[in-house]
Amino acid sequence: MSGIIAQNSGRHTGLVKASSGGGVWNLIKTYTASSDSDLSFVEGTDGVDFTAYDEFVFKFNNIHPSAHSAFGFNGSIDTGSNYNVTKTTTVFNAYHDEADSTTNLGYRTGEDLAQSTAFQNFQQDWGADNDQAGSGYLHLFSPSDTTFVKHFIGRASNYHDADYAIDCYVAGYFNTTSAIDAVQFKMSTGTIDAGTISLYGIS
Amino acid sequence: MTGIISDNVGRTSGLIKAASGGGGGVWTKIKTLTASADATLDFVDGSDDVTLDSTYPIYVFKFINIHAATDTAIFSFQGNASGGSGYNETITSTYFESYHQENDADSSLTYNTSGDQGQGTAFQNLSQQGLGVADGTEDDMCLNGELWLFGLSSTTFVKHFISSINYNDKSASVYSNNTFVSGYFNTTSAIDEIQFKMSADEIDSGKIKLYGLKDSA
Repeated sequence: MSGIIAQNSGRHTGLVKASSGGGVWNLIKTYTASSDSDLSFVEGTDGVDFTAYDEFVFKFNNIHPSAHSAFGFNGSIDTGSNYNVTKTTTVFNAYHDEADSTTNLGYRTGEDLAQSTAFQNFQQDWGADNDQAGSGYLHLFSPSDTTFVKHFIGRASNYHDADYAIDCYVAGYFNTTSAIDAVQFKMSTGTIDAGTISLYGIS
Repeated sequence: MTGIISDNVGRTSGLIKAASGGGGGVWTKIKTLTASADATLDFVDGSDDVTLDSTYPIYVFKFINIHAATDTAIFSFQGNASGGSGYNETITSTYFESYHQENDADSSLTYNTSGDQGQGTAFQNLSQQGLGVADGTEDDMCLNGELWLFGLSSTTFVKHFISSINYNDKSASVYSNNTFVSGYFNTTSAIDEIQFKMSADEIDSGKIKLYGLKDSA
């Protein structure tokens, strides 16, 4: 490295040498829902490239369902033709109702997956009242790797249909050594009425 | 804004305009170490382009596809105080985990007393069960996640850490194991070295990335 770029390496203000991709957190794509049956991030579409980083983060913000239902995700190994990758996962949550009568922290045996190809949900019964929504994140590690399984770690805060605050922790892995080249989010019933999902690559 | 800085606004490679507050952004990637049958991976301030000092109030390590060389290996870390000798700082920590077996036979959310420390000087476990091994049956098993370290350069306060990880652990039926470890180095000396290792044999492969986070403009 030489010349003006070399001269600016190590600087913190003014002109600086760019990290790979222009920064550590690189916004790849934001999809805004409008009564969509799903929001899908597919390799080669809209700048999505699951080979570009070791780690990706999906941030979902104010996801509002058309009907009370579960918000979930799945992966694809055939560029979105099928979203049915085998997963083993863990799910636990903390919840508290608005009436201040019920609280709990516990494992959710009915919501985890054991070698299942179903969608992994962030808690059941996201509320569909006008002010109800949920937000959170999902980290996905090395989706393009062809040696290891693909781990993910997520968390969501959502407004339960029965007026609970839910803090849901989901983690697990796509149990495949094939590359994951598409990720889809959808509600278990109805549509994603509103909200955004942004995909970031971590350099 | 005019001139060469203005000319470079919006660029994503080569020379770019620094983010507000400088540093090229809030997150700065400092160093990536790639394991290849290594006994340890060490991040030492002032060595090999590593910064672990007052430059950043928060440091984050990211673990990418960490793969063990033996099936009993537990992934762990320790710190060394500035001017100290050895990775043996006093730690008090918590360890809880959520796990689920591939055959659906076992699942739980539980505190794990084997993973925590009470004023211990041992390496702090980030996993608790054995990781997958390169024996031809679990070659696809690994560990991913992150470890946040706060105020390492402080000489007033203890140094807190928070970790979240997901890994496969070896069993007759493989588990998905999501661990949550946090605690503090119970020292008011600055910590300027962090070491990662397996409890047995080497880190066979994988990456550990170190980032610094700014907190002021």
